[in-house]
Amino acid sequence: MLILQCPCCGVEAEETEFAGGGQAHLTRETVGASEENFEAYLFMRENPKGVHFERWRHANGCGKWFHAARCTVTLEVFGTYSAQTTRPPNEICDKITARRPGWSLKDWGSGKFA
Amino acid sequence: MKRYSAFAIAREASRYHTGWERAWRAPEPKKKYDVVIIGAGGHGLATAFHLGRNHGIRNVAIIEKGWLGGGNTGRNTTIIRSNYLQDPSAAIYEKSRSLYETLSQDINYNVMFSPRGVMMLAQTQHEIRGYLRTAHANALQGVKTEFIGPRRVKELCPIMNIDGPRYPVLGALWQARGGTARHDAVAWGYARACSDMGMDILQQTEVTAIRREGGKVACVTTTRGEIDCDKLGIVVAGHSGVLAEMAGFRLPIESVALQALVSEPIKPCMDVVVMANTVHGYMSQSDKGEMVIGGGTDGYNNYTQRGSFQHIEEPVRALVETFPIISRLKMLRQWGGIVDVTGDRSPILSKTPLENCFINCGWGTGGFKAIPGSGWGMAELMANGHSPLTEAFGLDRFREGRFIDESVAAGVAH
Repeated sequence: MLILQCPCCGVEAEETEFAGGGQAHLTRETVGASEENFEAYLFMRENPKGVHFERWRHANGCGKWFHAARCTVTLEVFGTYSAQTTRPPNEICDKITARRPGWSLKDWGSGKFA
Repeated sequence: MKRYSAFAIAREASRYHTGWERAWRAPEPKKKYDVVIIGAGGHGLATAFHLGRNHGIRNVAIIEKGWLGGGNTGRNTTIIRSNYLQDPSAAIYEKSRSLYETLSQDINYNVMFSPRGVMMLAQTQHEIRGYLRTAHANALQGVKTEFIGPRRVKELCPIMNIDGPRYPVLGALWQARGGTARHDAVAWGYARACSDMGMDILQQTEVTAIRREGGKVACVTTTRGEIDCDKLGIVVAGHSGVLAEMAGFRLPIESVALQALVSEPIKPCMDVVVMANTVHGYMSQSDKGEMVIGGGTDGYNNYTQRGSFQHIEEPVRALVETFPIISRLKMLRQWGGIVDVTGDRSPILSKTPLENCFINCGWGTGGFKAIPGSGWGMAELMANGHSPLTEAFGLDRFREGRFIDESVAAGVAH
C-alpha cells in the first residue's frame, strides 16, 4: 500500500484515496506534429525498473492532480510535487539522488531532460 | 529421451523408480546459436518448440534469468478461452486453444488440459449487449460460443446465486471448449520437448546487454558470458521494457502488478470457470480443491511481483454475493506477477527496428491461454519473416492507428 501526500491540500493518505494517472511530463503533441512524436505522445511510455515520475489524482479528496516520484522496484515514494511543472523540481531530484546514489534525471524519459 | 507412458510407469515401478531421467538438461552455454530466445516462460519455450518442430531450427538457446516458468507462467489463474471480439485475436487465441486440446500428446507431457467450459457472466444490460455482440462475432470467426440465459447458468454452476440484489446474473457468454490446464506442466512439458530436440535451456542466466552492429543484434551479454546469435527473440513479459531499452527501442507498454489467490481446499463444488467482469473477479476450482480467484491490476507501474491489499479485497467482496458458499473460506495464499499492458490490450508479436530481433510481449493479463498459439505464430515470424497469425499484432499498428481493441473483450476491466 503506497502512502502519498497530496501537495495541493496537504493530506497524507493511502493509495485507495488516490488514482494513478500514468507517466508524467509527457510532451503534448498536436496539429503539425510528426508521426513519430504523435505516436510517442499517445502510446509510447516510460516503463523504468526503478525511479519513475507519475501523475496521480487525489480522487477521493480534493480532486486535484499532482505528480509523484516513486521507485517501481521498492515502491518507495521519494516525494510529490505540483502538476504545474514541466520537469521534476530540484529538491525532488536531490531526494532521489540521496536515496539512489548515481541516479540522474538524464536517465529518465528517454533522455528528455538531458 | 524416454517417453512417458503407462508402460514406463510399470517399468519404473518394477525397479523402484530408479530409471527416471532428468526432464531437461542443464547445459553450459555454447559460443553461438542460430536463434537465442530470451525468457523461458511459456511463450518463450513454445516459440522455441515450434521453431524446432515446424521449421527445423534446432540450434536454439533459451535464456532465463530466474527459473523455468517462474514468472507469469507459474502465476496465472490457468484459464483457457478464445471468445474474443476482434478477428485477429480470435484467430490466434482459437489456434492456441485448439493446440491445447492435443498438447499433452504432442509434447508427451500431461498438461492436464481440462475443457470444462468458461462462462463470462453478464451482470448488467451493457454486458448482455456486449456478449451478444461477441457471440455473433465468434459465430462468424468459427469460434464456438453461445449466449446462455440465467437458468442455464444456474444449471451449469449450481453454487451461484443468480438473483443477487446488486449484481444479478442476467446471462453469460459460454464457451464449452474453454477450460484450464496445469500451468507449470505447460512450461515443463515444452522445456522437456525443447531439450529433447537438442536446444539449450540456460536457467539463472541473466541478459545484461544486447550488443548491436550495423542495425543488427550481434550478441547478447549474459551473466555466463557472451552468446552470439543469428536471430534474437525477446519474450520476457513484464520485463519487456527493460530488454527493449537494452536493444535501443521503445515499447508502448507499461508493467503493472496483477494478483491472484487461492482458498483452502474444499470438496469439488464447481466444474466450470466463471468470470464475473462487472465485479472484476474470476474463479475456478483446482484439482486440489482450492478455489482459484483472480482480480484486477494495480493502477500504477510496478516491478515487485506483489500488489495492493484492496485489489484482493475487491474481487472477493464482490464474488461473495454471487457465490455465498465462499463466504467462510480462508485464503490459503496470494501472489502477484508483472504483466505488460499495451494501449489496446492486445499483444505485440513483431519485428523490431533491429533487423534480426523479434519481440513477443504485451499479453497483459491474459497470456497463459495464448501460449501454444503465440509460440506457433512467433516461430513462424522468426523463421520466415512473416506469419498470418501475427500479422495484425505488429509494433507499427500504434503509429498507423490499426488497434486491435480488446479492452472490453479481454474479459476483465483494465
